[in-house]
Amino acid sequence: MAESYIVVGGGLAGLMTVIKLAEAGKHVDVFSIVPVKRSHSVCAQGGINGAVNTKGEGDSPDIHVKDTLKGGDFLAEQPPVKGMCYAAPSIIYLLDRMGVPFNRTNEGLLDFRRFGGTLYNRTAFAGASTGQQLLYALDEQVRRYESEGLVRKFEYWEYLSFIKDEQGACRGIVALDLRTMEIQPFASDAVCLATGGPGVVYGRSTNSTINTGSANGRSYRDGATYANGEFIQVHPTAIPGEDKHRLMSESARGEGGRIWVPKKKGDTRPGREIPENERWYFLEEKYPHYGNLVPRDVASREIFSLVKDLGMGVGGEDVVYLDVTHIPAAVLDRKLGGIMEIYEKFQGVDPRHNPMKIFPAVHYSMGGLWVDYEADARNNMVPGSPRQQATNIPGLYAAGECDYAYHGANRLGANSLLSCIYAGMITGPAMISYAKNAAPKKGDVPSTTLQNARQQWVERFDKIYKMDGPENPFVIGQQMGEMMVKVATVVKKNPELDDALVKIQEMKERWKKSNVLDTGRTVNQSAAYLNQLSNMLELAHVILKTSRLRDESRGSHYKPDFVLPKPKTPKPTDDPEFMAAWKARNDKWLKNSLATWTPEGPRVEFKELESLKNPILSPEPRHYD
Amino acid sequence: MTDARIAVRIERADGPGQPSRWEEFRVERRPNSNVISVLMQIQRNPVTADGRKTTPPAWDAACLEEVCGSCTMNINGKVRQACSALIDKLEQPIVLQPMKKFPLMRDLTVDRQKMFDALKRVKAWIPVDGTYDLGPGPRQSPEDQEINYVLSTCMTCGCCLEVCPQVAESTAFIGAAAISQTRLFNNHPTGKMHASERLRGLMGKGGVGDCGKAANCVQACPKGIPLTSSIAEMSREATKQALKDWFFRDEHKGGGGPVG
Repeated sequence: MAESYIVVGGGLAGLMTVIKLAEAGKHVDVFSIVPVKRSHSVCAQGGINGAVNTKGEGDSPDIHVKDTLKGGDFLAEQPPVKGMCYAAPSIIYLLDRMGVPFNRTNEGLLDFRRFGGTLYNRTAFAGASTGQQLLYALDEQVRRYESEGLVRKFEYWEYLSFIKDEQGACRGIVALDLRTMEIQPFASDAVCLATGGPGVVYGRSTNSTINTGSANGRSYRDGATYANGEFIQVHPTAIPGEDKHRLMSESARGEGGRIWVPKKKGDTRPGREIPENERWYFLEEKYPHYGNLVPRDVASREIFSLVKDLGMGVGGEDVVYLDVTHIPAAVLDRKLGGIMEIYEKFQGVDPRHNPMKIFPAVHYSMGGLWVDYEADARNNMVPGSPRQQATNIPGLYAAGECDYAYHGANRLGANSLLSCIYAGMITGPAMISYAKNAAPKKGDVPSTTLQNARQQWVERFDKIYKMDGPENPFVIGQQMGEMMVKVATVVKKNPELDDALVKIQEMKERWKKSNVLDTGRTVNQSAAYLNQLSNMLELAHVILKTSRLRDESRGSHYKPDFVLPKPKTPKPTDDPEFMAAWKARNDKWLKNSLATWTPEGPRVEFKELESLKNPILSPEPRHYD
Repeated sequence: MTDARIAVRIERADGPGQPSRWEEFRVERRPNSNVISVLMQIQRNPVTADGRKTTPPAWDAACLEEVCGSCTMNINGKVRQACSALIDKLEQPIVLQPMKKFPLMRDLTVDRQKMFDALKRVKAWIPVDGTYDLGPGPRQSPEDQEINYVLSTCMTCGCCLEVCPQVAESTAFIGAAAISQTRLFNNHPTGKMHASERLRGLMGKGGVGDCGKAANCVQACPKGIPLTSSIAEMSREATKQALKDWFFRDEHKGGGGPVG
């Protein structure tokens, strides 16, 4: 029997994995809770990085590697980062060939712009809806394979769990049809999870409402290792909203946008009436080199502290200005049209003529399922190795935001579209190698194994349909989100985390007293949500626990009680006292947190990075002054 | 009538083929509310205006930034995305209904699969040789890119089909979205090489010829895509293609026919 493959999730990482498998002539079933064309990758705005060096700046993949590693404060394993940055130019060219309408120069070449955490014009872009355009390109290629019969789509199907055989290997999945509420097992030789991030754990974020992280939460409960959960990126510029916070792309600053507040506290004049000399461009002042394009964790902390500690928010509110009004409207429409439209539509104010009011919001998870890699002695990724992107469960792979690799303690803007696609490109071949060499074939999965796995879920859902307690699960979810935003975002404090760790246990107990709200068997979104929520509570627990345990500040994880002293010299390396403190911190904390599920809560170990034994770059102090 | 809360009426049905009914809700008014945040409020307290417990209404949503197309529904009689329907700009009671030109699944959710099938019919993709490193794609002028970019922002939301008098359960019209996608790929320097195959997808039953020129689609498109221009252009090109196919029909018989 020919082998077959399952990919769960139809965003960039999932679709690229599907394409790689189908291109090799393999049959793939792709499962997605929404039509794949509506996956969260559509929300990515600013662009995709690749050191193509078209502007005579001397950019190169090596500098891209360095920016990425430094941006993540050296918490990423290095060979995958190298593989990604070296593949980036060819990935952009591939997308170009697939028809992505990238912005062009006068010569008809691809245009590139600036993004955060780098000094180079390295970001290819399609207006300000690059993610949408990339997703559509991959969606189209997959539709082509679908029409050739190599790909079957299971849209409106939700992953419930992977199926484990007696040896502990993954042999398929159990999934739920979100329309008929039917539960079915599907056998497979290898499974890839490409199910995105867990933004909804935080209630309102820049994420889509579908980004519950439920598949990751469930896989973690079933034995997959979850790594670096404490590293959650808070994007500095989003429009605060009642249903979600809407991203205002970093590309606004890449194209020259400036962040400021009125110098006079509580100034009530409209932004555009405040004269230049009464504006405080606090990022440009503090970071003359990178200015408004410091990495996201740095910008978010500065905005947060300015507003929360100094009370300098615009009009006393929790917002600062993001100003593009000095850029000609025609340029804004051509290069930032998508986000200009979003601001105008959702705020009713034209950002071409009025500074935008923005505030940091939860955006991206650097952490995710732990995945392996295999590199040679020169730190090059081994092509086709079955270890690439493999979780600790044999036969189960992870790619995209749901994996933990590539971004360390903080992700650079426009590196996420790249990491998703790169991960997909290496996961497909890895799954094929795994199926060829190691795994028993799909046909060998005993039907009892499949039926038992199904039966377990049928019983779980039967229990959910009978839940008639006093708690509304959507209220529990909202309260979980509010708590997570309060204690586990820009500034973390141990007493608050301790308190939240007690509360999350209480919420798990309250979950058991939930009411299903709906006992129907057609599009029962409440029943599906109850299952998602139980998995979200587990991820929240991991995030809180690893945040509590990591007593240092690194990238997006910031504890004011555990910060390094400020270096006394312009170059930190010239200050021996600082360097001693920095080294001591790294000796203790330059490690990945690895969480394993237990009934009592996450068991966490901190593990040294494999690649630091033979690093491409030795860690150095991270500063952007 | 002194109720400061928001009044919402929702047309509901428990499943395909089930009878529909109306339910009315009152929710607290909050700043920056939109139809989605109101539906979320109902979800957290699914009780009707007359105090009766009910199930939370089902609806589709994802990005909430009007780029994914999920949350399309009829709001006060107009088809649009619920996320960008701001409460302050809507007359009350706010009336929510599912799209009517697609099979109903439940409440406000429908099945838009036929739109994705239409994209297969017109082969809406660039047939690349493979994902290996073959260097950059063809050069394009900024002007061409700008036209294609707008066409490429179609999120398959279905507004254009919902307002089209030619689209009904008994008709097969492919609709403006897929026709405009044909134009997008036929404009692309590589896509052009396979223009004829896509045009053939627009011929025959349900093809571009079925357009009744009501031009409702272009008004309804939330992304401002020039759908009527796309239809005009594709209609012209399809006619030319049909003539070409007729004149050169002998060559096609000879095995040089369409390739996938």
